[in-house]
Amino acid sequence: MSSTDDYQPLHGGDHAPGDEPVGRHEIAEGVVGYLVGLGLAILLTASSFFIAGTALVWHPSIPIALVVLAVAQIGVHLVFFLHITTGPDNFNNVLALAFGVLIVFLIMVGSLWIMYNMNQNMAPMAMPMG
Amino acid sequence: MTAFQAGAGYSDGRREEARRPAAIALDHSDPESKRIIVGFGFWIFLLSDIIMFSAFFATYAVLSGETAGGPSGKDLFDLHNVAIETACLLLSSFTCGLAAIGARAHNGLMYYGGMAATGVLGLGFLAIEIHEFVGLIAQGAGPTRSAFLSAFFTLVGCHGVHVTLGILWLLTMIAQVFAKGYRADILRRVLCFALFWHTLDIIWVAIFTVVYLFGAGA
Amino acid sequence: MFGKLTWGAIPFDQPIPLFAGAIVIVVIVGVLAFITIKGWIPYLWSEWVTSVDHKHIGIMYVTLAAVMLIRGFIDAIMMRSQQAIAFQSQGYLPPEHYNQIFSAHGTIMIFFVAMPFVIGLMNFVLPLQLGVRDVAFPTLNSVSFWLTATGVLLVNISLVVGEFSKTGWLPFPPLSELAYSPGVGVDYYLWGVQIAGVGTLMTGVNFVTTILKIHAPGVTYMRMPVFCWTSLATNLLIVAAFPVLTATLAMLTLDRYLGFHFFTNEAGGNVMMFMNLIWIWGHPEVYILVLPAFGVFSEVVSTFSRKPLFGYRSMVMATMAICIIAYTVWLHHFFTMGAGPNVNAVFGIASMIIAVPTGVKIFNWLFTMYGGRIVYATPMLWSVGFMVTFVIGGLTGVLVAVVPADFMLHNSLFQVAHFHNVIIGGVLFGMFAGYTYWFPKAFGFRLHEGWGKAAFWCWFIGFYLAFMPLYVVGLMGMTRRMQHYDVPEWRPWLLVAELGAVTVLAGILCQVMQLVVSIRHREELRDVTGDPWMGRSLEWSTASPPPAFNFAVLPVVEDRDDYWRRQRLAERGLGPTAEPVYKAIEMPRNSPTGFICAFFASFGGFGMIWQIWWLVIVAIVGAFATFVVFAWRDRTEYEIPAEEVARIDRANRRARGEAVANAEALT
Repeated sequence: MSSTDDYQPLHGGDHAPGDEPVGRHEIAEGVVGYLVGLGLAILLTASSFFIAGTALVWHPSIPIALVVLAVAQIGVHLVFFLHITTGPDNFNNVLALAFGVLIVFLIMVGSLWIMYNMNQNMAPMAMPMG
Repeated sequence: MTAFQAGAGYSDGRREEARRPAAIALDHSDPESKRIIVGFGFWIFLLSDIIMFSAFFATYAVLSGETAGGPSGKDLFDLHNVAIETACLLLSSFTCGLAAIGARAHNGLMYYGGMAATGVLGLGFLAIEIHEFVGLIAQGAGPTRSAFLSAFFTLVGCHGVHVTLGILWLLTMIAQVFAKGYRADILRRVLCFALFWHTLDIIWVAIFTVVYLFGAGA
Repeated sequence: MFGKLTWGAIPFDQPIPLFAGAIVIVVIVGVLAFITIKGWIPYLWSEWVTSVDHKHIGIMYVTLAAVMLIRGFIDAIMMRSQQAIAFQSQGYLPPEHYNQIFSAHGTIMIFFVAMPFVIGLMNFVLPLQLGVRDVAFPTLNSVSFWLTATGVLLVNISLVVGEFSKTGWLPFPPLSELAYSPGVGVDYYLWGVQIAGVGTLMTGVNFVTTILKIHAPGVTYMRMPVFCWTSLATNLLIVAAFPVLTATLAMLTLDRYLGFHFFTNEAGGNVMMFMNLIWIWGHPEVYILVLPAFGVFSEVVSTFSRKPLFGYRSMVMATMAICIIAYTVWLHHFFTMGAGPNVNAVFGIASMIIAVPTGVKIFNWLFTMYGGRIVYATPMLWSVGFMVTFVIGGLTGVLVAVVPADFMLHNSLFQVAHFHNVIIGGVLFGMFAGYTYWFPKAFGFRLHEGWGKAAFWCWFIGFYLAFMPLYVVGLMGMTRRMQHYDVPEWRPWLLVAELGAVTVLAGILCQVMQLVVSIRHREELRDVTGDPWMGRSLEWSTASPPPAFNFAVLPVVEDRDDYWRRQRLAERGLGPTAEPVYKAIEMPRNSPTGFICAFFASFGGFGMIWQIWWLVIVAIVGAFATFVVFAWRDRTEYEIPAEEVARIDRANRRARGEAVANAEALT
């Protein structure tokens, strides 16, 4: 918060998340941005599906590769479709996103870690669950 | 402007020429600042929605092995359908982007065309998903069969419910622009709708990776 | 046609709820009749029910909280009385009833007293402290309030139609699953809390946006009052935690209604996952409750010590540190559930670490008081009482953060004493301080000091009498929620606790008297200038109560405690005296959207509880239609003409000028 210690961003200096960075009359530029995003996303998605089913990749690395590709796809969406950038006019939007990502991380990793340990410590069942 | 703001200073002679920082003041006179406020507020809401999904994701991850002797993802998931669903949603994100540009540019062809395409693709996604769910239930792999299936139906179904609500919203936005034109408050809602729709595609990326690709491959 | 609902749902065979329900119905009908006869319905509808003004919504929230405090306290004193009597006897409350009472007590106190109180205070104060006219989304604010009221309605209806949950204030499975709780009690809980939770989440979104995006010129992040910072942390936690509550309760609902297997004993369900998820929400929740109280104390302590708050920067950093760390300690609520020493150690250490920024805050308040010219008005008494009480409660918290100790103390009365210590000593004392401090701003007259002090001492002494014995008896091994017991060593302590509850009752009666007397004598207690306490922040620059638009002209702020500085200059005849240029002001129109939404939500919730499916469908369609009608509005604002703004502001300036002149005449 100290970067905003001195003054608030001016009206035009703050950017609504998801808003088009181009004005009313630059339609072509806007469309190109979405086309690039679509192209990249198609590439990454196709790679995900391919890797999941192929024997060409070392098996234990598949989950990690899929996660990396998923993160990349999400990144493409954020940049090309949601226009989230690292400019100063997007500071609040990025900070909010970072907060959200932190919470998601704590929930996912925390839950998996805790539940794994709890399940390990469960007494062995005499009869199988039905 | 008070004398204060005009830099009249104090009568003890000290001048405080303000750096004149202009903050967004809620005096309702500026559609641009309203757009920023509404957009940011909806962004925060979407983050809360993502956090809700992460609770379902965590539950799915914890329960994904609890098949209770019943079928697992490997037995049930058809990746061809998933690929078509993914294509539908990804393309719909693209057409939604076109619609957003059309709205900003007050271009009817882009707006109505983009929204219509988005809606059709979204309905296509839903049709495939409903077909999948019905099929699973018919073969005895419904949500009451095991914890894994409860978690699967809830996580994927919650996303599907969001898509359904999104399509209802899409129809409302088409009607609103048709009835009232490209008014500033309606354009703000289009902005929020676009944010929502893109976020649904982001969540789908996580779902098809974690649920279907992991599940089918494992 | 009516689902599971039959005449048998009304407890004709249980005298206590029947009697209580009858009294409530008589009171409600009486109040409605009174206001109808007086002709107040149009006024209440247009100025309060449909209001989107943050001040009115805040007052309604606090009123709701105060009324529910009575209900929650009655549950408490019934429990205390039962435990005082039920030594080697069954007492007067059978187990099925006792279980509902302690469940209702906790549910009401957390969700329908503490949360509305906190949200109400933030609602009223935040825009005023930020120097703006309202929150970011005023109509959404109204929706949030009315959805909370829906939750209150559903939980209270359970007293006379059906039953309430018997699982405690958190519905742990498998007890809360259909197999072990086949009645409607858990469903009342689920729908009431779920609907209110949606309202709260909307508030979180609303306030985060307001604090981060809307301030008067010059109110930068590092100049806004600490109450705004703690509100920011609170609302970030709401946005981060309430979705998890929504998801978890939804999963339990799916288990109960559609036979899913998230948390069942069969088919692979995992009850421990419920515990994990519910406490991921539950721990941030208690920080959501206490952080605004910390904010109140920062305001009150600096005002009544006549000094700027000590260590503003460290306060801000401590607040944001608490916000983040609050999301990393949740397992300490279930150390004994078997995650193992490694996991327990990590969360135990994190739970101790979170005490550090809290300690920083306590020291800052103490250093603010040191060297100040302290005025022990009622809000300051609550603050000092908080400092002592909360420190004790916090210390016992660090004690139970030590995992081996917790293995002995988990689910004992020691734990009960600990959390009441921090919630009453922290949250409730903070809310009472804020209520007394901002009451004159809201209503235009102060609260009677004598009755206020009496209320404080009764609550303070009553709290210690009621809860210190519980620490002792917890260490002696008494478990929580016992309907009866036969260990003679515990009895004397429980009798002292009962005396404590009665003393707190006296405190509550003093507060009621305080309100009655203050209203009676409001002309003597009138706040003429808008600044009865020599305040430091912007809300004290408005009239009491503030006009609808809050500020005739948005203030331009140059420093922290800017209002204090300008007032002291004004008193010495320095500073600007010229009248500002008045312009017309546009304000958001009132709207019945919130009330109508809640109307449908109430019927929808009731329909879901009793499985009256046609009612549910009507409610869903109705709610959607309400949104669409709201979205179709063309006129969303109304204008207050410049002359009207000028007239109102001139009156306030005149009153302040006279007050300054009178003060000079006296010296």
